[in-house]
Amino acid sequence: MKENQFIASREKEWLAWDLWLKTPRQKQIEAGQAAEAAITLENLPSAFRRLCHDVSLARDRRYSSVLIDALQQRVLAAHQRVYGARGDLRGDWLDFLEAGLPRLVRAEWRFVLASALLFFVPLLLCLMLAQIFPESVYYILSPDEAAQFERMYAPETERPGALPSAAADGQLAMLLYYIGNNVRIDFQCFAGGILFGLGSVFFLVYNGLDIGMVAGYLTRVGYTQTFWGFVAGHSGPELIGAVLSGAAGLKIGYALIAPGRLRRREALSEAARGAVRLLYGAAFLTFCAAFVESLWSPIRSLPFALKIGAGLVFWGALIVYLCFFGRGRHAA
Amino acid sequence: MKKGCPVLATNAEKTIPRLDTIRRVRTPEGCELELRLAGGVVRARAWIIDFLLRLLILVGCAFVLSQIGRLGGALLFLLYFLLEWLYPVVFEVLCQGATPGKRFSGLMVLRDDGTSLDWSASVARNFLRAVDFLPFCYAFGLVTMGLNRENKRLGDLLAGTLVVYRQTMTAPKVTDDDRKEEVPPFALSEAEQRALIEYRLRAPGFSRARAGELARLASPLIADLPPDDARDRLIHLGNRLLGRGALAAKTEGSR
Repeated sequence: MKENQFIASREKEWLAWDLWLKTPRQKQIEAGQAAEAAITLENLPSAFRRLCHDVSLARDRRYSSVLIDALQQRVLAAHQRVYGARGDLRGDWLDFLEAGLPRLVRAEWRFVLASALLFFVPLLLCLMLAQIFPESVYYILSPDEAAQFERMYAPETERPGALPSAAADGQLAMLLYYIGNNVRIDFQCFAGGILFGLGSVFFLVYNGLDIGMVAGYLTRVGYTQTFWGFVAGHSGPELIGAVLSGAAGLKIGYALIAPGRLRRREALSEAARGAVRLLYGAAFLTFCAAFVESLWSPIRSLPFALKIGAGLVFWGALIVYLCFFGRGRHAA
Repeated sequence: MKKGCPVLATNAEKTIPRLDTIRRVRTPEGCELELRLAGGVVRARAWIIDFLLRLLILVGCAFVLSQIGRLGGALLFLLYFLLEWLYPVVFEVLCQGATPGKRFSGLMVLRDDGTSLDWSASVARNFLRAVDFLPFCYAFGLVTMGLNRENKRLGDLLAGTLVVYRQTMTAPKVTDDDRKEEVPPFALSEAEQRALIEYRLRAPGFSRARAGELARLASPLIADLPPDDARDRLIHLGNRLLGRGALAAKTEGSR
């Protein structure tokens, strides 16, 4: 069959495809019923197979590349419409928060545990070290930084935890500053995983050391009330958020180091799917933390015991959430 | 075909993997699609366009927001954050896999199997910019693109995505109405037929001198004809192969 004969015999259906591909997704069903000889829900599978067959025929018979390209573009566009799953979080994000995230954290408990150890061990070590050897602070913080933190949490300060420059801008500015800063840390912990996990390990340990030393230093100086009162509320979601993003990075790194029976590249994209969901969870927790940090934490009129108590309740609630939610009737 | 004809495709083509940027994807229907991968330069161009666009938005908003004082500063920070991290994700998922820069450069992002991006894949590939960007000017990303066959930067490797050229469906049609046919003097191989068809489709777009020059390359087919006649001869052969005969006159007219 010559090329133009082929075109003449099949063109009608190709035009129907063009019409179908041009119609927006929502209107496709109604439009399909309206137009005659068009692509409808009933004949879509067979029509699509015929279209694919046309490409193969055209290629096998060495028709002009113009025709082959045009047919191929139709197949590609239809392929994307038919198989392109989209919006994997759109419908079920509530379900993800209620059950999906805790389940995911429990399923990936090895990475979460490793990430938590990499983060909290240096943090606690530094906290203790600062009590025993006060001068060790300067291995991690420069004198300027130490002085700045001291100013931020001095008992007479009006808004603890605020940078002097940002403090004047009010709560919204602080909220945005916290979100930006913490999310950046999360992304670094996540993206560092691609370097065989080394980047994630580095950022987890580094941030652990940094946070631990600041806490140790301020405790040592005697600003217990301002500092611990300030951080108690938001420390839970913020630190767990960092741990989860670190776990996501470690999962990626592990897929590169030990891909198992898959090829490294396949193991990587397999791991990415779970890792990105962990990152969603981390971003959610970090977002919550920023709200607590800018709205609840700076209130100075509340008694110290209440703020510590609230902080412990937050921690407890978070641990209960991650350990026990999503079990039971929904469990797969 | 006589030996030494340049139209002839060599057998080496069949044994040595071709050094091109076409990637083949199989659909579940058993159809093989060809995607043309984009290289570093055109992707850098798309990135620069996006960068300038973001800069423009940021500067414009900074100008407006600076009028409303401290709150403006905070909002500007938020805007910077959103433009930095969510701009590519939102555009790639909602606008057929292309940020404005990519659209302008004729590129789009697809998953390895040819389907469009979902949120997870877009988040993975764009948040890894934090590493691809290191140590300066996307050096990691460019080096990684050179190390694999599919021009993937680290983010693409992680997310399993490809950056390909967006192809348009508007095919250049045969515009002239030269319908004369000639039968080839000897049997032509498939590659030769294909080359002739391509020539026939493109020849009206060349200058006559260039078309004649190209026609001279198919020496066994044109014998000693002068360039202009050689061109016409090849076009007539192409018409024969395309089937632009009596039937074609009918269908071409109705299109």
